[in-house]
Amino acid sequence: MKFRKRFDSKMAEGDMTAMIDMVFQLIIFFMVLINFSQDDQNDKIKLPSSELARPPDAPLTFPIVLHLDSNSVIYMGANIVTVDSITPLLKTEIQLLSSRSQLPKDANIIIRAHQNTPGGVVQDLIKKCQDLGFEKFALRVREEQS
Amino acid sequence: MKFESKRTNDKAELQLTSMIDVIFLLLIFFVMTFKIAAQEGDFSVKMPIGGSGGNPDSTDLPIKLRLRSNADGELTDIIVNDSLSFGNDWTKLRGYILEMTGGNATPTPDAGPEVEIDLDYNLRYENVIRAITAVTGQRQGDEIKRLVERIKFAPPRKQ
Repeated sequence: MKFRKRFDSKMAEGDMTAMIDMVFQLIIFFMVLINFSQDDQNDKIKLPSSELARPPDAPLTFPIVLHLDSNSVIYMGANIVTVDSITPLLKTEIQLLSSRSQLPKDANIIIRAHQNTPGGVVQDLIKKCQDLGFEKFALRVREEQS
Repeated sequence: MKFESKRTNDKAELQLTSMIDVIFLLLIFFVMTFKIAAQEGDFSVKMPIGGSGGNPDSTDLPIKLRLRSNADGELTDIIVNDSLSFGNDWTKLRGYILEMTGGNATPTPDAGPEVEIDLDYNLRYENVIRAITAVTGQRQGDEIKRLVERIKFAPPRKQ
């Protein structure tokens, strides 16, 4: 008994156009939303929430971001310090500011403190910064989901 | 003279396999590194050393907010101007601030009433933010009604 071949010799091909379109759309979506900046992120910090939290209208001038975790450890860039030992790092920032003809009072200290951190530690940190001439502080919180 | 056609009848095809491989690699990379972060905002505090931020408080609303906590850092009492106690009810505190400011103040970062927050050292930072939230404004739908813009901290109370 002889079977006939149902398919011709040409290879069956699916139409890839729609899939490629969709995949490109997805890539563009993720590329636009990706945030490579690690300065303002720290997984160890769970910010307190507030219903009044709104992203600032304009970026803060000369921001210095301090991450304060629940054990009162401060993460400043790649440095890990405590409140008592942060002064040298802040002095380095002041040197950087003066090289740009700016004073400490022109800088904004952004404090990203964990919600369980003792409030007194945040006060101590603010006091340390004040002693070096910093005046402007931003207490960062996350937007409360209503 | 007769020229033979060099072209064959076969359709020219692009080899898409390697491109699709790369595209999918990119897609997987972006999907894996994608992180949905909640919106963040700031409470601005201007505190020069040895004094309050901006101009002196020209209003008759000097508000001293005392926040007491237990050993675990939980809020136990909210005391305003050393006299009024609100327990741990933030709504009552906001109501008081609304009453004091008339609810129609237009505070600016350099003028208007100032609130000094004096807290126990152990009080959890979350409660400090709740206090700031209660005194600085009120959310009404999508709008935020500002009550007090100027906030400062009293010197830290050592443990």
